[in-house]
Amino acid sequence: MLKQWLKKQSVDSKFETLRFSVAIIIALLVAFGLILLVSKEPFEALRHLFLGPISKFRKIGNVVETAIPLTFLGLSVSVMFSANQFNMGSSGALFMGGTVAAIVGLTLPLPTGIHPLVALLFAGVVGGIITSIPAIIKLKWNASELVSSLMLNFVALNLGLYLIMNHFRDPDAGTLASFKFPATALLPTLVKGTRIHFGIFIVILMVIVIWLFLAKTKWGYALRMTGMNMNFAKYSGISTAAVILYSQFIGGFLAGMAGAVEVLGMYDRFRWQMMPTYAFDGVIVAVLGKRNPIFVPVAAILLAYIRVGADTMSVNSDVSYEMISIIQGFIIIMIAANAFLKHYRQKMVVKEATSHD
Amino acid sequence: MQEIVRMVDILKVYPNGIVANQKVNFSIVEGEIHALVGENGAGKSTLMKILFGIEQPTEGSIVLNGQEVKFSNPQEAIKHGIGMVHQHFMLVPSLTVAENIVLGDEPKKAGGLLDIQKAIADTAEIAKRYHFDIDPKAKVEDCSVGTKQKIEILKALFHGAKVLILDEPTAVLTPQETSELFKELMLLKDKGHTIVFISHKLNEVKEITDRITIMRAGKDVGTYDTDKVSKEDISNLMVGREIVWDLDKSKAEPRDVAVQVENVTLVNEHKRKLLDDVNFSIRKGEILGVVGVEGNGQRELVDVLTGLQQASLGTITINGENIQRYSIRKIRDLGLSHIPEDRMTLGVAEYASIEENLLSIYFDKPEFLNGPFMKLKQINAWAKEKVVDYRVKTGSEKTPVKMLSGGNIQKVVVAREFSNNPKVIIADQPTRGIDVGAAQFIHKKLIELRDKGCAVLLVSADLTEVMDLSDSLVVFYNGRIVGYFEDASLLSETELGLYMLGLKAQSEAEIRRCVYA
Amino acid sequence: MINLLTPEFLFTVIRVTTPILLAAMAAVICNKAGVVNIALEGIMLTSALTGVLISGFTQNLWLGALGGIVGGVFIAFLLAYFALYLKTDIILGGIALNLLTVGGTVFVMFAITGDKGATNSVRSLQFPSINIPFIQDIPIIGQMLSGHNLLTYLAIVMVFLVYFLLYKTTFGLRLRAVGENPDAASSVGIDVNRIQLYALLLSGVIASFGGMYMSMAYLKVFTTNMVAGRGYIALAAAAMGQANPVGTSIASLLFGFMESFGYQLQSRGIPSQFINMVPYVSTIIGLVLYAQYRQRQIAKKKIQKIHEEEVKA
Repeated sequence: MLKQWLKKQSVDSKFETLRFSVAIIIALLVAFGLILLVSKEPFEALRHLFLGPISKFRKIGNVVETAIPLTFLGLSVSVMFSANQFNMGSSGALFMGGTVAAIVGLTLPLPTGIHPLVALLFAGVVGGIITSIPAIIKLKWNASELVSSLMLNFVALNLGLYLIMNHFRDPDAGTLASFKFPATALLPTLVKGTRIHFGIFIVILMVIVIWLFLAKTKWGYALRMTGMNMNFAKYSGISTAAVILYSQFIGGFLAGMAGAVEVLGMYDRFRWQMMPTYAFDGVIVAVLGKRNPIFVPVAAILLAYIRVGADTMSVNSDVSYEMISIIQGFIIIMIAANAFLKHYRQKMVVKEATSHD
Repeated sequence: MQEIVRMVDILKVYPNGIVANQKVNFSIVEGEIHALVGENGAGKSTLMKILFGIEQPTEGSIVLNGQEVKFSNPQEAIKHGIGMVHQHFMLVPSLTVAENIVLGDEPKKAGGLLDIQKAIADTAEIAKRYHFDIDPKAKVEDCSVGTKQKIEILKALFHGAKVLILDEPTAVLTPQETSELFKELMLLKDKGHTIVFISHKLNEVKEITDRITIMRAGKDVGTYDTDKVSKEDISNLMVGREIVWDLDKSKAEPRDVAVQVENVTLVNEHKRKLLDDVNFSIRKGEILGVVGVEGNGQRELVDVLTGLQQASLGTITINGENIQRYSIRKIRDLGLSHIPEDRMTLGVAEYASIEENLLSIYFDKPEFLNGPFMKLKQINAWAKEKVVDYRVKTGSEKTPVKMLSGGNIQKVVVAREFSNNPKVIIADQPTRGIDVGAAQFIHKKLIELRDKGCAVLLVSADLTEVMDLSDSLVVFYNGRIVGYFEDASLLSETELGLYMLGLKAQSEAEIRRCVYA
Repeated sequence: MINLLTPEFLFTVIRVTTPILLAAMAAVICNKAGVVNIALEGIMLTSALTGVLISGFTQNLWLGALGGIVGGVFIAFLLAYFALYLKTDIILGGIALNLLTVGGTVFVMFAITGDKGATNSVRSLQFPSINIPFIQDIPIIGQMLSGHNLLTYLAIVMVFLVYFLLYKTTFGLRLRAVGENPDAASSVGIDVNRIQLYALLLSGVIASFGGMYMSMAYLKVFTTNMVAGRGYIALAAAAMGQANPVGTSIASLLFGFMESFGYQLQSRGIPSQFINMVPYVSTIIGLVLYAQYRQRQIAKKKIQKIHEEEVKA
């Protein structure tokens, strides 16, 4: 069966699979080496890293909880990068999305059910506006969307902090946090013993929506063609400026929703004091998931698994959690390396070409 | 005179299967100016790239001063005293003349410091030696095209060139600059340099060269002493037809005007007029051929007609609508289809599938949509049909276009552009670089559409194609129409060649005949 | 009223500009060589940490400086290796390295000091501040220009050094040629990849000083993510300065001015979050204004040409 399946795959997809696997393995080997280097009890650390996420039911829950915002962010970056725009604004959109959701939660008296949906909608729109700004600047003045989106993230972070800390801060909270959200605003927890919340349905819905959008709608088609060859899209009569705008807005909308879902699903108050550590992980999820909405959740779960593993490891051993950013960096840089394993690909092509006779 | 370079039985097959040189023999003797002429795609440039080490021959050898040599890169050719001035200048605009000339072999002071004074002095010295009038301290970006050319030549000389290859050096020059260049070339010759002069311009070839080698379709068709052949002979040898196949083509029955081009002028950022007051009509039911040596305004004409560029002056109307400031989409909605010259940049998204490439101008047509959703099953069936109709050789319509051969990629483009019931077709080099079968297929389709009343503009560098297929012809030279031939079948290649090479032009009144009311 | 023309304020401007200026000079070299070095942020962060650690352990400032440079250059080398030889998209590669270093520095810091926030337990050394004889005695000017950190003076010298390297050496000539027209450069036998490798490594060295300035000039401690976008601001400065060392210095100074202006606002009771935004907002505005200006220049030229054509015709 497997053999037959393998035979059906083209050289390219076989090679891609190989390249992705080798990249992940090398990154894990680097991690392994680093753990050996810094830890007094490396095997204990490794055990926690790899088995921690399945050691307890609660940990499995953690993987799922972590995968929710990662999937949102992965979808966000996938849509934005698919239009061939290096827009890094999803973390700013995430933070402001969380802020806006908190404000809607605290200020609008709405019934259960409607309340979080309205919060999500507002968060999405604000997120979309944030990621649209670099696109507008790029379209209008041809200034790098990469630099402006990165700058904008700092602005969004500070704006969010200002709004919460100066207008919604609960002096009795003990820490820097907002007032408690009313129960109507919260996304309910679904599975007892975990924090898996209603957001999982929203994210599944979004995976399907974005998949439909990219693969089945005229807008998705125009977006993909623009990303693959902008000249071709223009020549065909597609309005590439419109495509860039809506792709960046949708990307920000998803990231804004991610912030809202996270804030209303995981916490009872707004508790972020800085950018959450996973805010930039959309890039790696998108790169690992090949910008395909169907693969994005898989990549998000893989990454969530490593994150929870690293978390378990950092609690139970002398290796810190941040080790995963080293793993992630290496995975991205190697997967993006076009010439990586090039010679091996050549061999595969030659083999394929000669095996037909 | 002693033979300095001999290229023996050069065969060059590019990785994509195109045979650029077929057993070409080429020989030059020391101290001569040797012309290498031929149509676009005749294999001149490939041959010279092999001599300069940019390309390596598949078979055959190069003999330099009696010894066989192999150049695997330009550096080795430079070391052996060969220099080349490319058609596109290899200069760094923000650097000075002197800096450009010494680049790669700079005079140094202690500690890696650039000895700019010596660079300037060396440049001035070499310029003086060859009587080139240039300012070593000027920035290249401020120099005229003619000066840039001089810099390129001096650069080659600075790096020790004895044999100098000039690839269409006069294509970008004004007549004055050209005559200045010729003086300089004669001087170089006197100093013992050998020059290979690639050109289309027969006047110039006659004026300056000692011998001439003519290439056609990848083969050399002979070397002659320049003063023993007439321009007409050369033109005949250059453009003579290779294969003649019978096209099943009835006489055109042109009807009213579909596209009207009036006073169209296009100026580029260097103030050159790429199109100069162009007027003509394309009528329904005719194929109007556009001929000209490459770079005489044909590409720009296509750009302004299809909306890729806006004309600087003048108007273009399609079926009565003025298309000024129209988006490409709006122009296409008027029923215009476009087969682009550069199919990989404009014509397809190579990583997308055949189906997706077919779809790019139909994806938001109501018949393919269900709300915002594309009717994928219907689209797939349609794409399958197109793949069969247009005989695209592929396992599946889901195959990425990248995996197809050139001819099959072009069939995908054509299938897309012809399936729209087009009213106007702009076909720019529709069969360039593709196999004969695919080319014939495309020709048939073009005639079919013409017979249905479509107005076709055919731009092609392949004279056989353009003469067989077109009903009428316009000839472009220097961005202007220099000839109109109402019945292309009455025209001989020799005649056409004279117009293309700027040796002949019709009167204003004769040219005006191509404007129909 | 906020008085912006006090010597203290101008002193602050110079102080705040220093790390941006150093990173911007690194960006200039890369831009001129035709490579985009997004990883400046990560280079600075890494050198800020390794400088502190090595100086702390060796108790030798110069070894510490060397450690900082080695750390920064290592990141630059990774970028060069992947981008030039393994053909990773250089922007994606830069993003990856920045993500890697944000966590990677914390990982190393924790492994060595057991702390995740700052390297307080390491007794890092500092680069000294220097009073310039003569100038320090001049009223006002002395207060502004004297007494800065050694690295500030290095940054100023660096502007001249980079200028000298780019415009007065054969390496600089080749580097500019590679950046502007790689085909022309390789047609006369210049190894384009090698020049770009050197440019990236060199930018690693220069940006490392910017990183160490963060942790070893006025502070003697590394804190998490302390570079806070200065690497990106430097990229914006280099873009606005058209990768010219002088123009880029002016753009850097402008950003330094805005940041110092923000500090001034602090005492006026403006919320700290808005003050924190100032450098980033001014960078975006700067980018837009510059892009607008550039577009107008181009448009003007075009209009001029059309007019000239009409006159001719």
